[in-house]
Amino acid sequence: MMNLAWVVPLFPLGSFILLLLFGRRWKQASAYVGIAATFLSLLLALAVLVDRLGGSTYEANWTWMTIGGVTLTVGISATALNVWMLVVVALVSWLVHVYSQGYMAGDERFSTFYAYLGLFTFAMLGLVLSPNLLQAYIFWELVGLGSFLLIGFYFYKEEAKAAAKKAFIMTRIGDVGFFIGMMLLFWQTHSFDYDDIFRAVGDGTLSPGMTTLAAILIFIGAIGKSGQFPLHTWLPDAMEGPTPVSALIHAATMVAAGVYLVAALFPLYEASHAAMMTVATIGGVTAIFAATIGLVQTDIKRVLAYSTVSQLGYMMLALGAGSYVAAIFHLTTHAFFKALLFLAAGSVIHAVRTQNIEEMGGLWRRLPWTAPLFLIGALSISGVPLFAGFFSKDEILAAAWTNGPRLLFWLAVAAALLTSFYMFRLFFLVFAGKARHHEDAHEAPASMVAPMLVLGVLSIASGYMQTPWFGSFLGEWLTDGAYRHEAAPGWIVVVATIVSFAGIFLAWLMYGAQKMPRDWLSARVPYVDELLRRHYYIDDIYRLTVVSLVSWISRLLAYVDRFLVEGLARLAAGIVGAAASAGSRGQNGQAQTYGAVTVAGLAILVVIFALTGGYWL
Amino acid sequence: MTLSAYLALALILFCIGLYGALTKRNTVIVLICIELMLNAVNINFVAFAKYGAHPSVHGHVFALFAIAVAAAEAAVGLAALIAFYRSRKTVQVDEANSLKH
Repeated sequence: MMNLAWVVPLFPLGSFILLLLFGRRWKQASAYVGIAATFLSLLLALAVLVDRLGGSTYEANWTWMTIGGVTLTVGISATALNVWMLVVVALVSWLVHVYSQGYMAGDERFSTFYAYLGLFTFAMLGLVLSPNLLQAYIFWELVGLGSFLLIGFYFYKEEAKAAAKKAFIMTRIGDVGFFIGMMLLFWQTHSFDYDDIFRAVGDGTLSPGMTTLAAILIFIGAIGKSGQFPLHTWLPDAMEGPTPVSALIHAATMVAAGVYLVAALFPLYEASHAAMMTVATIGGVTAIFAATIGLVQTDIKRVLAYSTVSQLGYMMLALGAGSYVAAIFHLTTHAFFKALLFLAAGSVIHAVRTQNIEEMGGLWRRLPWTAPLFLIGALSISGVPLFAGFFSKDEILAAAWTNGPRLLFWLAVAAALLTSFYMFRLFFLVFAGKARHHEDAHEAPASMVAPMLVLGVLSIASGYMQTPWFGSFLGEWLTDGAYRHEAAPGWIVVVATIVSFAGIFLAWLMYGAQKMPRDWLSARVPYVDELLRRHYYIDDIYRLTVVSLVSWISRLLAYVDRFLVEGLARLAAGIVGAAASAGSRGQNGQAQTYGAVTVAGLAILVVIFALTGGYWL
Repeated sequence: MTLSAYLALALILFCIGLYGALTKRNTVIVLICIELMLNAVNINFVAFAKYGAHPSVHGHVFALFAIAVAAAEAAVGLAALIAFYRSRKTVQVDEANSLKH
């Protein structure tokens, strides 16, 4: 089946094209096309996975074009990592397709929504099958396009328009880094193929300095896509898109593409200590940084968005600490529980028609399915034992302790505490307490609850692929048996557990039982509170520095364009116009004038002939 | 000597015709002037056919052709003139200027 892996992305592409052509006619039935296409993708991806579990890597390349001595190829590569990502993406995408049928019902551009979802899914599946950097880059940009279109889906809202542009431009900044890094590698190795690049790293064709430089440049691309500090600001704004989109793109799949990219190029990073340290530091800083902002957000989706940024930081930290397996493990569990949280949040928004958590409360009884499922997601992300997040987070902490700097380990522990605190702050504010005028709030339709149920089961079950107790199936498979469990001290598990329960307990004290005033901390350090509410003023700093600088330059260039370039163009047009109007004045319709002019011309010619004596040429 | 006399006559006739065709405002006069110019040419044809370097019958034939064409031209010209008069109620050449610019 692995040789058919290239078909997997084609189903959503087909759905995209069909819906673009016939979507307006099919209206609400468009959903079935999208759901069917992604379901076929999922089935085929699962078949490929089963094949890969027992087999070895399959790779196929076809010549794309030959320029001089360089042959560019396209192809598929079914490494363990790629196949794994293929299944995760296809699964989450399918569930989100099903969910959207209920969530987007009645929307005017329903079929367009499904078309865009298909385009995105195609691009993402194509990305995780790429055997070379160039192909990955193409799909990487396509994924960005899908994200742009879907964030701006409600384009009549100014915020959505601005958010879409912001997301596109900020990820573009990262992509420039990716592109330069890719070109550096091509310059040095004359190939885009991952295998050729790794070979060049191994045999020293690629100098250590160049390796570090290329790795860090490509990591800048990953920073942009995965919303890492300092290019993270687009991700919370991207929440302007429809909630299923937030679940699929801005939680489970696309933002994980940065992590995937670093993982796919892992041998390159492993060769450079500096690059690894950069990845780990950025990841660790982002994890704690975003978690602190998440503490004070009041928009349910923004809390989850900052939590996503923070969890992606965790994955980067794991990669930087050398634990490729822990990062992919956390990527997988995070994809499930964060998609679950977003879909549950979507269900809440669907029920109460607001995103402000201050206006919610007491929804536990009103939403008998959503509430427990949200709780499962929250427990999982908080790292409560026996849930998936516990195992993957533990793996990352162990990796950070054994390979990373101590400071990053403690940052990660602190971030874990904050994570469980803000998740349960959210939970208690939304579901506990007394109901606040939402008498009409009711549970979502079955098409929305069913995907959440599947994700709820996965948010628990996916942790058992890789546990200290039942063996590390995922790790051994991903590394072809070379995996060894990190021999981390046992107390890390204890610390992680204590920390996660401490966060929950604190949230319960403040927001559940209300035994502690909510402003207990913010009243004591108002500056910190303000700092967090303003997201560390990062947006303001950007507005004052980068944005204003660029707008000054562009204003200057606009003047140059308006007065210099346009002036020259106007001059040229004026000359031609004047000549034309002078000529047209002679065209007065008097046949006799024309005749007279003709005779005068003839007379001049005759005189010239007479004077020169005939032909003078 | 005789040839020059014919040519001089033709030249004078042609110039009178040309002057009239370019200056007169009445279309009928313009048409008559064009006939004058054509006849000046016919005189040249016949003169060269008789006294030219290689006298032959070709000149006579050409002159006959020219007369036939001139008759046709006069007919078409007058028909066009009548159509013009019907639509504009005038025969002044300088008012037939709808095709300017």
